[in-house]
Order: sequence, then structure tokens, then C-alpha cells
Amino acid sequence: MTTVQISVFLENKSGRLAEVTRTLAEAGVNIRALSLAETIDYGVLRLIVDKPTAAKDALTRVGFTVSETEVIAVEMPDRPGGLAEVVDMLTRGGLNIEYLYAFVGQRGQNAVVIIRIDTVPEALAALQARSAHVLSAAELSKI
Amino acid sequence: MEFMESSALRALQSKRLRDAVKRAYERVPHYRAKLDAAGVKPADIRGMDDLERLPFTTKDDLRETYPFGMFAVPMDEVVRIHASSGTTGKSTVVGYTRKDVATWAEVMARTLAAGGTHRGDIVQNSYGYGLFTGGLGAHYGAELIGASVIPTSGGQTQRQIQIMQDFGATVLCCTPSYALVIAETGKEMGVDWDAMPLRVGFFGAEPWSQTMRAEIENALKVHALDIYGLSEIIGPGVGFECLEKTGLHLNEDHFYPEVIDPATGTQMKPGERGEVVFTAFTKEALPLLRYRTRDLTRLIPEPCPCGRTLRRMERVTGRSDDMLIIRGVNVFPSQIEQVLIGIEGTTPNYLLVVDRKPRQMDELEVQVEVSAERFSDEIAKLEAVAARIRAGIENALGLHVSVKLVEPKTIERSMGKAKRVVDRRDLGQ
Repeated sequence: MTTVQISVFLENKSGRLAEVTRTLAEAGVNIRALSLAETIDYGVLRLIVDKPTAAKDALTRVGFTVSETEVIAVEMPDRPGGLAEVVDMLTRGGLNIEYLYAFVGQRGQNAVVIIRIDTVPEALAALQARSAHVLSAAELSKI
Repeated sequence: MEFMESSALRALQSKRLRDAVKRAYERVPHYRAKLDAAGVKPADIRGMDDLERLPFTTKDDLRETYPFGMFAVPMDEVVRIHASSGTTGKSTVVGYTRKDVATWAEVMARTLAAGGTHRGDIVQNSYGYGLFTGGLGAHYGAELIGASVIPTSGGQTQRQIQIMQDFGATVLCCTPSYALVIAETGKEMGVDWDAMPLRVGFFGAEPWSQTMRAEIENALKVHALDIYGLSEIIGPGVGFECLEKTGLHLNEDHFYPEVIDPATGTQMKPGERGEVVFTAFTKEALPLLRYRTRDLTRLIPEPCPCGRTLRRMERVTGRSDDMLIIRGVNVFPSQIEQVLIGIEGTTPNYLLVVDRKPRQMDELEVQVEVSAERFSDEIAKLEAVAARIRAGIENALGLHVSVKLVEPKTIERSMGKAKRVVDRRDLGQ
């Protein structure tokens, strides 16, 4: 059970990020979470959206470099130590997290962490063994 | 020789041309085939007036006969081999007999003497020593004059300046951009250039401008003279400026210049701009007939106030092909393309941006479009792609470059053919 994340390659030029958000707005796509990784010359914008296919099509059409990445969305308690517990479940099994970012949604007392990891089946198994709640794409879009 | 009457010079050139054509025809099968194809026999070439009947020689001829196929002497007469990077991975190889090395020393001695270099001078030679002809070319010329040569080669600027100060260098040989690096680094080290004995510098191996000359002269307190050469003809020493600084005298008793229309191959009228072509008629190991340099310039018909009768050529301002010269290294965009084709995660769409920031060496930035299909969203993987490109180019060209990943389709495409090069260096007159 994984989620599609949309990744966009962005040159460090003024107005590029604004163009992404405007394009998504015009396509009626709602951004649920995002993270931006940057270097001196460029950045990579990672997005969790309600309509990934529509988002990718719209961005590609206006000339952005877009890729889809499989990520895992895990619900965690919104309190000190919540993220540590989730990370611990994965690292204890020797799994290597490429990157993660979290957001606090409108889902009771819980927050959501998005995890990118190379070994998805092992990660899902490790999370489920410790009864972590992995969100489906449908659940995620309702947040 | 440098002040020879022009009719006597013409007679000498005619004799040397006849000899060169005969030697090339008899000893180089490639030339025999070329001349036969053009329907020219050595006996048809009686003097300089017949020069235009000869076919051109190009870099392709050297490539096809790589490495030694154009040599007109057996290898046991070749005492030196140099090479420069070629367009398709194979280098351009040049050979010298003992007499060629002596000719080279002679033309470089003229070059250095034209700027006032004499016995007793201390010549710091910061051209690179190695396959590149710059270092050894200047070295032998300075030795022939009887000056004391310090073979520092390039790099280690602070140490260079220390040596320059301690040994009391009076003459400097290096690329113009390196001269500015030396000036700036020296200033940071607290060197007072006014108080240094340095008097004159011979700068070449890359294009530069009058503005840069003023900058170098102002910073280093020297006469900054332009020198011209290419390894195929001999290396540095093909042309040199005298202290009039009004164009490069060509050593035309050895290297005969013509200026042609690069599109049609016909000779331009005297003084018109075009591509300069040289016939290296005294070279024993590698005689070249009408070698196309791809350098754009013009010959100056008026005599020079210095009295030398050797004709002058204007500073080279461009190329009739897409070759770039960066820090003395010849770079063809096709070489970069070859490297990119072998690297996953990029497209072969690229742009070369050459820049010369104030008081710095020329820099080449390679902008490469990220492939939409293979684009990784992990910075570490993208950085690894950039590092592979950097290493690949350094391996192929021996040149450090910076690599910038850019969005696809940001690189301008014009008329179906992409614009590959942006040269931001000020290379105007």
C-alpha cells in the first residue's frame, strides 16, 4: 500500500515555484503536503496531491520535468516521540530511509509522515509488524 | 631575415615551396594521393604564384593518418612528438626533426627578442610543459637567446610568485588569463608590482583583447605582447608582436600566410578578413601545405613602423568552426556531446558557457538538461550524475569544468539546430 508522490525538477530561477503552484491551481489539484530539497543550482519539489495523474499531466504540459515516486504514508501520534517510533521501526530492521517529511493534517490527534525508501516491501512489512497505520491513497486524499 | 627585402623574401619562399611540395609528394602517400586527385604535379609548382593550385590540408587529414601518417621522415629522424586534443577523441599529433626543433627555437627567439628579451634576462615560463607545445616552445626560444629560463610550468600560483620575486624574473610567458591571476594573487600576497623587475610578458594560447592588454599592463607594469601559434604549424612562434603592439608579425620565411573565404576557399583581397591558412614549407617532419587554421583574422598590408618586413596579422577574433580555446585547451562541442551520450539521466542537450570573470582564469560551465524519463528526485543521485559528467569531461579533455543541471528545453533551439556555445569573454579588438 503505497502513495504516488510527484517530483518536479526546478532550476533556481525566480518564478519557477510560483509557476508550479499556479499550474496546479488551474488544474484543480489540491496539494496535501510538500517538501523542497535544494542545491545551489536547482531544487527538487516533492508533492503529495489529491490527483497525482492530473498534476503530472498539467505540469508536463507546461514544460516541467516531472517524475512519479512511490512513497509510504504513515500515520503517527502527534506528540513528542511520534516520529521517532516510526523511524525506529524501519531502521531497527536495517532499512535505509532516503528522505522523509511530515505534515499535520486534520485527522484527530495524528500527524502523517511521508517516507521514501528503496526497499518498499520490506518497509511495509516492518511497519505492519509493529501495527503502524499505513495510509492508502484514498485515505490520504481525505485528510 | 626579419628585415629582408620583400622581393628576396618572395624568391626564398618560392624555393622553399617547391622543395616542400616535392618532399610531401615523394614521402607522404596521403599527400601524393591528394595532389594526384587535384591533378597537380610537383613540377607544376614553380613558385608562390602557383600556391593556389594546391589543395588545402585540414585537421581531418591529420586525423585520417593518425598518428604518424603525415610524417615525411622515418621515425628515427623524429626527435620530438607533441599532441593536442582532437575533435573525436583522437589527438592531433605533430612531430619534429632535430632541424625542426632548431627552427622552432629560432622563431621563438625572434618572438621573445621582439619584446626586448636578451642574454641576461630571467624568463619565467609558466606555459604548461608536456604534450602542449606552449611550454617547450617558449623554453627553447629563450635558451637560444641565452636568457636564463625558469621552467615553472602552470599552476601553484603563490609559489610561482615567490620564485618570480626571489629570482628576479624580468620576462613572463603564460596565457593572458593566467597573467591576471598572477597579478591578483601577487597583490593579495603584498607584492608591489611597480617594484618588481618584470619588464615584458608574452601571452598567447587563448583569445584575448586590447582591453585585457591594458588590464595586464596596468596590473603587472609590463609590456603585454600577443603571440600566435598552433601545434600543427609548429606551436608558438608562428606570429609575434613587436613593441609597436599593432599586430602579429608572421614568420613567413617558414610559415606562409594566406587569408581565404572559409566558405569558398578563394583568397581574399589584401587586407580583407577571412580564415588564415599557413604553408609550413621548412618543416621536415610535418610539412603542411595550405593548412586551414579556422582562425579568423586579416593581414595588415601596411608596413610596420618597427621596420620588420614580415607581414603582420591582426589579433585572431574568432573561428570558422565551433572550437573553443579554454586555458590553452582546444574544446570542440562534439567532444562534450560524446561524454554526455555515455551518461544516464541526462539528455544530449547541452550548452557551453565560457566566462572570464575579472582577474580569473577562463571557466567553462556545461549546462546539461535533466532527462524527464530518468530524472531522480534524490539530490544525491542528481549530484552523482553531475559528478560523472565532470569526471567524464576531465578525462576526455583534461579540463576542469563546472556542470549545471538545468530543466529540459531551457536550452535554446534555433532553426532545428541547438545553439551550443555562449562565449561571454570579451574578445573584441
